[in-house]
Amino acid sequence: MSGPLLELKRVTRAFGGLRAVADLDFILDPGLLAGLIGPNGAGKTTVFNLITGVYAPTSGEIRFEGKRVDGRATSSIARAGIARTFQNPRIFAGLTCLDNVRIACHTHAGAGLLDSILATGRSAKEEADILARSEGLLHSFALDGYRDTLAGGLPYGEQRRLEIARALAAEPRLLLLDEPAAGLNPHETQALMRLIHDVRDRYKLTVLLIEHDMKVVMGICERITVLDYGVCIAEGVPAAIRSNPKVIEAYLGDAV
Amino acid sequence: MSPRKSSFARGLLWVAAALALSLGVDRLAVQWINPYFYRILVLCGLNVMLALSLNLVNGITGQFSIGHAGFMAVGAYASAAFTVYAVPQLFGVGPDASGLVIVGPLLLALLVGGLTSAAAGFLVGLPSMRLRGDYLAIVTLGFGEIIRVVILNIDAVGGARGFAGIPRRTDLAWVIAGALTTWVVLRNVLRSYHGRAFLAIREDEIAAEALGVPTTRYKVTAFVIAAFFAGVAGALFAHYTYLHTNSFTFMKSIEVIVMVVLGGMGSLLGSVLGATVLTALPEALRFASSERLIIYSLLLIVLMIARPQGILGKTEGKRGK
Repeated sequence: MSGPLLELKRVTRAFGGLRAVADLDFILDPGLLAGLIGPNGAGKTTVFNLITGVYAPTSGEIRFEGKRVDGRATSSIARAGIARTFQNPRIFAGLTCLDNVRIACHTHAGAGLLDSILATGRSAKEEADILARSEGLLHSFALDGYRDTLAGGLPYGEQRRLEIARALAAEPRLLLLDEPAAGLNPHETQALMRLIHDVRDRYKLTVLLIEHDMKVVMGICERITVLDYGVCIAEGVPAAIRSNPKVIEAYLGDAV
Repeated sequence: MSPRKSSFARGLLWVAAALALSLGVDRLAVQWINPYFYRILVLCGLNVMLALSLNLVNGITGQFSIGHAGFMAVGAYASAAFTVYAVPQLFGVGPDASGLVIVGPLLLALLVGGLTSAAAGFLVGLPSMRLRGDYLAIVTLGFGEIIRVVILNIDAVGGARGFAGIPRRTDLAWVIAGALTTWVVLRNVLRSYHGRAFLAIREDEIAAEALGVPTTRYKVTAFVIAAFFAGVAGALFAHYTYLHTNSFTFMKSIEVIVMVVLGGMGSLLGSVLGATVLTALPEALRFASSERLIIYSLLLIVLMIARPQGILGKTEGKRGK
């Protein structure tokens, strides 16, 4: 498909008098590994929440693969092909790792409730597919050992990996990662970034990630968008962002 | 043999086995135990159906409904009215009929009870699905009470006198078959991606939605399925014993909740156990007639202290730091 994968046109989201995102224009081309950065409170997570339909934009429009998605329910946007992770992992703590991943296979399951109730051949075949696919994902994320462990009992780094594996089970074309490296040590962060890079290549995805750690963002992202006070202040390749005076000002404050 | 055919044949075999079991146990019970114990077994089976179905909403989907007796009442009265007013005309089967001719009409009456109750579940579920926790509990509580009071004021179903003239057609075989059906349906649903969607809603609604689970639709579905089986249980009850709205008070709803909690939220086997224990316990304590309720409450308190997750409830995994 030609044209951008994701397009935000003059998107605004106001909370009372505060415009968390103001007239934001943003374009994401397919296949990219892009970063969204900005100081605390710049509106990065709000942008994710707008894209995934957690919030509806106050004004403006959002298009995914050319189709309007703003105003649609979160689950319907997920089914359209956008998966995400959360700043604080929202894994299903009381379920096993396998079930965490299997739940996300929901997007592409088609057997009706009656099929399930009667345990028909169709339902059995689909469940076998889901199981195989989920086990495959657990394997590629080195989580096989935790297959039947309750996800709430996993170490933090593994929870983050599980959340990404789960998002991939939904077979997205766009993966949104909200601070995937938060709370990880430098060593774990490095490994996770390599993993994200591999995932993008292997599953032919487009990835957009929010990150605070500048070193991480500069090292991995191919395009970077900088937000400040809900407005896009810079956009471009890492080298250009690094030397952009506006960005330096937003992060370090005014030069006197 | 194609897998489709073999699974169909296996299904038939299971149905036959379940029927044989239901009828066999019923025959044995009639032969060997006195009517008092027989009655307790029947009530046990009905409570198993109620606890299992409520568990889908409260334990598995993580919502909080306290109006289950209301759905039972809808099923009971709808099916009773069907049997009393429609069956004689439709099938020419009068209230005194017995033997095989009642099988069809009773089956249909159970279906009428279940479907009417499911429709009520849909209506209650729709607006209340925008509510969570305490608010949902209040709506379901209100529903249960409203239903009871409305039925109390309908003269055609006996009103405050109770509904007389319903032929007694339920026996233990029907109740066992009903409980088995409820069990198998819920178990099969839980083993499918639909079942995992219910669990996902309990665990984290926002994450479930972000992974493509239409949470509102599933919450309403849980309500509809639960209401259906509560309605069938009510229908069986109506064709077994004296039917009066006093059987469907708020206390009945609480009783079912206690069964689910005691057995273990989210555990099917737990619900069966909880329902059985809590039906049998008050009877077993009859010897100490005046201290009965005290002992009963003490036992509940002790159990909740010793096993807060219920008899068969799973211990939650250590939450991430």
